[in-house]
Amino acid sequence: MMSARVQWPEKVRADDIVKVRMLIQHPMDTGYLQDLTGKVVPRNIIRTVTCHLGKQEVFRVEPSSGISANPFFEFYIRATVTAEFKIEWTDDKGMTGQHLQIFNVT
Amino acid sequence: MNVDSWLRRKSLKSLLLAGMTLPWLMGRDALAQRMNSGLLLTLEDMVQPIVKGAKIFKKDVQIEAPILADNGSLVPLEVQVQSPMSTENYVTHIYLLSQRNPVTQMAMFQLGPWNARANVSTRVRLAGTQEVVALARLSNGEFCYNQMEIIVTESACVDAS
Repeated sequence: MMSARVQWPEKVRADDIVKVRMLIQHPMDTGYLQDLTGKVVPRNIIRTVTCHLGKQEVFRVEPSSGISANPFFEFYIRATVTAEFKIEWTDDKGMTGQHLQIFNVT
Repeated sequence: MNVDSWLRRKSLKSLLLAGMTLPWLMGRDALAQRMNSGLLLTLEDMVQPIVKGAKIFKKDVQIEAPILADNGSLVPLEVQVQSPMSTENYVTHIYLLSQRNPVTQMAMFQLGPWNARANVSTRVRLAGTQEVVALARLSNGEFCYNQMEIIVTESACVDAS
């Protein structure tokens, strides 16, 4: 099952600039490589990843086959209030994934 | 030398020749997979589909990556753009472009003033030694870029087969 992990510092105060690290479990098959039996593995990559903090979209990535398997992204956000951090992604097969985590601001 | 032994010699000789050429012929298939020989795009070719004639400067963007990447399928890459990230002046998009990959645009990041810092990092696949370009679109419609050469010893476009 596809899953994601997000990480940020334990204690976040209002107005801090927080580094968010995000890892999504996904094979990111390019469609150029073959498996051990010599068959070409069909392309299956993540098309979009969106991150919402509350209702605000804070980050969006549109990867291509140029991103490694199990894509990892790192970005910054300015902490304001405690909100729900939501990651959503869609891949070529139409599979979608979601990850929710509370972004606590003290 | 009688006719029989001459024929024997001749067939042995051709067998040897076939033995030397066959693997080479079969090897062509594997060679085609290696994309190192593929053409290298110029900066204009890489950038223009996105920039579409807007102003572009080589400044304010910094790429941090290993100069020598052993494994092309996992190269850590960090892009830092000097920008105040205020509501009037911020970075809207960051593009990662590759000179040699079959797909030029490796990733597109969408940012905004809520990010406070225009830094992103990720891990990319590279099909051989090449120049990598990080292109940032600013909120006033201008573009900034920087490029860096990354030496890749093992391309991401070769597999176990």
